[in-house]
Amino acid sequence: MKFELVIGLETHVELNTNSKIFCSCGGHSSPKEPNDCVCPACSGMPGMLPVMNKRVVELAATAGLMLNCEISRYTTFDKKNYYYPDLPCAYQITQLNHPICTNGLVKVKTAAGERDIRIKQIHMEEDAGKLVHSGNSSFVDFNRTSVPLIEIVTQPDFRSPEEVVAYLNKLKNMFRAGGISECEEGAMRCDVNISIREEGSEEFGVRTEIKNMASFEAIDRAIRYEAQRHMNAVEFETEELVQETRRWDDAAGKTFAMRNKETEADYRYFPDPNLMPIVIDDEWLEQIKANKPAAVDEKAEEYSLMGISEKEIAVIMTDHKIAALLDGVIAQGIDGKDAASWILTDCAGILRKNGQVLKDLTVTADQLAAIIKMVSDGKINRGAGKKVLIAVIEDGVDPVAFCEENGFTVQADEGLIASVIDKAIAANPQAVEDFRAGKEKALMAIFGACMKELRGNGDPQVIKALLEQKMKG
Amino acid sequence: MTYYAVEMNTQGTVAVDDTLLVKDIEATAGSRILEGFKPLFSAEAVTRLEKAGYTVAGKTHVGEFGLDLVGEFSYYAPQTEGALKGAAAQLVADGGVKAALGVDLNGAPRRAAALGGVCFMKPTYGTVSRYGVMACACSGEQVGVYAANTAEVAQVLSVIAGHDDKDGTSLRNEHYEYETTASVSGKRVAVVKELVDRADEATKARIAAFADALRASGVSVEEISCEWFDTAATAWQMLMAAETCNNVSRYDGVKYGHRAETYKNIDELYVNTRTEGFNFLTKATILYGSDMLSKTRYADCYDKSLRVRRVIAEKVKALFEAYDALLTPACSQTAYEAYDIHEAFRKVFAESVFTAVPNLIGTPALVCGGVQLMGDHFAESVLLSLATAAEKEGK
Repeated sequence: MKFELVIGLETHVELNTNSKIFCSCGGHSSPKEPNDCVCPACSGMPGMLPVMNKRVVELAATAGLMLNCEISRYTTFDKKNYYYPDLPCAYQITQLNHPICTNGLVKVKTAAGERDIRIKQIHMEEDAGKLVHSGNSSFVDFNRTSVPLIEIVTQPDFRSPEEVVAYLNKLKNMFRAGGISECEEGAMRCDVNISIREEGSEEFGVRTEIKNMASFEAIDRAIRYEAQRHMNAVEFETEELVQETRRWDDAAGKTFAMRNKETEADYRYFPDPNLMPIVIDDEWLEQIKANKPAAVDEKAEEYSLMGISEKEIAVIMTDHKIAALLDGVIAQGIDGKDAASWILTDCAGILRKNGQVLKDLTVTADQLAAIIKMVSDGKINRGAGKKVLIAVIEDGVDPVAFCEENGFTVQADEGLIASVIDKAIAANPQAVEDFRAGKEKALMAIFGACMKELRGNGDPQVIKALLEQKMKG
Repeated sequence: MTYYAVEMNTQGTVAVDDTLLVKDIEATAGSRILEGFKPLFSAEAVTRLEKAGYTVAGKTHVGEFGLDLVGEFSYYAPQTEGALKGAAAQLVADGGVKAALGVDLNGAPRRAAALGGVCFMKPTYGTVSRYGVMACACSGEQVGVYAANTAEVAQVLSVIAGHDDKDGTSLRNEHYEYETTASVSGKRVAVVKELVDRADEATKARIAAFADALRASGVSVEEISCEWFDTAATAWQMLMAAETCNNVSRYDGVKYGHRAETYKNIDELYVNTRTEGFNFLTKATILYGSDMLSKTRYADCYDKSLRVRRVIAEKVKALFEAYDALLTPACSQTAYEAYDIHEAFRKVFAESVFTAVPNLIGTPALVCGGVQLMGDHFAESVLLSLATAAEKEGK
C-alpha cells in the first residue's frame, strides 16, 4: 500500500515586544534571574486587571499580513481554565471565538516542489511560567507568564517532514526580518498533528498530536517516527491507532502517549469581561499595513536587484536590525551593494576583531551613510573611511567632525600638491632618470612619495594629472 | 512631612470593606484562603480618597468574597448566625466613620444599607475603577459608597469616580460631578409591583411612605408590573457564579495566603488547601459556576445568560424612556434574620431578585431610607436628588 502523510501544525511564537501582553513588565528578552520580571498582575495577585498592550495587536496583525491572512476588524479574548502551578491565575487569556487573523496562505518550497499551506487562524495569547524541579521540591518562575504569543494554526496541508521544516524556517526568517519575533531557541514551539491515508484517498486517518516541540530537527525526527508507527499499525496491524496526544522523547527516539487526564480536560472557555473587544478600524489597519516590512521574498528580490549577493542577503534577512540599518543607509541615497559591503565586510570585520558579532553593532544609519558618502564623493579615501568607521564603532564619534580633526579630508589644493611634487622630483633624481629612459613605472615611485608627504590624503586624480604634466611637459 | 499629613487629613475618615485592597493591610475578603495576604498596592478608589485628604480608618468585615448576601459568614468574625449584620453599614450608622467603600457584586451592600438605615450608592459600571477589587464577577461588580446621607454619598463618589488606565473597562470620562438637589418636580417614578408584593408589611409601608414623600415634592409615582426580574436574577446568579469560579481559582495555595499543611503532590495541595480555605457558600458557588461553563452546559446556561442580559438591558432602557427611576425594596424585610449557612445559600437566590438588575446591566442603584431607587446609566444625580427630596419631606 502507498501511504500519504497528512500533517497540520500549531506554532506558538513569542512576540518581540518591550512589555508583556497585559502589564508593563519587560517583554521577552529582559529577565535574567528567576522572578526578576514579575508584577502583581502577571503573578496572579488579586485586584489586578489586564490592560491590553497595543503593540501585541499590531505585531499579530502584521504577522497575519505576512501570511496573507484576513485581519479581523473585531477581535475578543477568552479565558481558558486549568490548574497548574506555572499558571498563576489558573486561567490563560487567549482567543477562542474571534481570533485576530483568519484564512491565510503560505507557499512552501522543497526539493519535491512548491505547496500551498493554508493558515486557518492566528490568535493572540499569554504564555505560562516555568517550573524548576530540584530534589523533592519544585519552584515556580513567573518571568515568562504573560509574555505575548501568537499561535498560528494551519490546515492539514503538509505532506512531508521536509515541508514542515521548510515552513518553520520560512516563518523564522520572515518573523526575524520583520521584527515580529527573535525566534530564539524555545521562542517558537510546535504541536504537530499527524495522520496517514492511502494515496489518493479523500478521507483522513486517525490523528495523533505531538505536543510542545521546540527544535526543528527533533520535529523532523518525531514526524518520521510517528509516520512509521502509523504505517506499521495500518499495514501490519502492530497496534490499534487511537486519537490521542503524545510526547516526543528525543533521547529514546520515540513518542509516548500522554495521560488522558492531561488531554481530556474541559477548559471551560468563556469571554473575558475585563478586556473590551478590540475594534481595528480602517485607519489603524492602514497604519499597520503601511508599517509592515516587505515580505521576505519581495525584500530579498529587491536586494538582489541592487546587486547584493545571495550570501549577503541570507545574512541580512536573519536580523531585522541589520536589515533596518541597510534600508536606512540606502534611504539616504547610498548604493545598496556598497552599503551591504560596508556592513557585512567592514563593520563585521571590526566587530570580529573586538570579539563581537553583527548583533552588537551600534552604528546608526546616519553615521554609516555619512562615511560612505564621504568616500564615494572623494572627500576621504577608502582607507580613511575604514579608520573613521572604527572610531565610530569603538568610540561613537561624529564621523564628519572626526575626519576634519584628524586631517583625513582629501587634499585637492593644486598649489600645495604642485609644491609637494616639486619636492618629490627633487628628492628622487634616480626615478626621474628612469622615467625619462622610458620606464613608465618609475612615475609611481614619485607618486608614492607625494602621497606619503600628504599623509595619504592627497587627491590621487589631481596628483596624477599634475605629475604627468610636470614630467612630460 | 508630618505637618503636611496633618494638613491633608481634613476630609474625615473612611472605612474600606475587606474585598478592596489597602496597601500593607491584610486583605482576606473574609476567607481563610487569603489568611495573611498583604497587598502591595491600594485600590484606585482608596488611593483617590487618600489623595483627596481622607484617612482610611480601617477595614470592615465582609462575608466571604462578598458573595454571601444574607448571612455574611466570614472566617474572621464570630461564627454565630448573621453575626456581621453589614459591618460597614453599621459603622457608618454609628458615626464611627464619615463614609465607607464597599464592593457591590450582588447587592449585599445595598441590603446592608437598607437594614442598617444608611445610604449606599452602586454607581454606573465603569465609572469607578475596579483596580484593587478582589474580583469575583468582573462584568457586574462596582465599588460603591456608604454614607449617612445623600450629600455625603455624592461627595465621596465624586472623588473616586473617573477614568483609570489600570482598568480596561473604565469609561473615558475623567471626572463626574453628582447633584443631590436638582429639581425633581415633574419626574416620573414607577413602583415595581412584583417586587413590593414579595416584601414584608413593614417594607411595604416604607415604600408607600417614600412614594408619598416623592409625590409631595411634585414627583408622579405610579405602580407598574414587570415580570422579568426573576429571569434577570437567575441570569446574574449564573454569570456571577461562573465568573467567581474563574476568579477565585487563583487561590490555590501556591503563591500566597493559606496552604494546607499536609499534601503529597500538587493535586493534594490544591484540593486540601481549597477544601480548608473556602466556606460552604464559596464552594457551592464554585461548583455551580464551574457547571455553567462546562461544555455540556455552556450554551444553555452561560451563553443564554449573556443573551438574557442583552434582552433585559433593552427592556430596562425602554422602561427608562417612560420613567426617571424605579422604586423597589432592597430586600424582603426590615430587620436581620438568622440563617444557617446552608439556608443562606438558598436564601441568596430568593433575595437577589431585588438587587440583581443593576449588577447584570451596569445601571446605578441607590438605597436610602430603607428603600431602593434604580436609574438609567449615568442617572446617579436623578436618584440622589429624588432621595434628597424624599429625605426632606420625610422629616
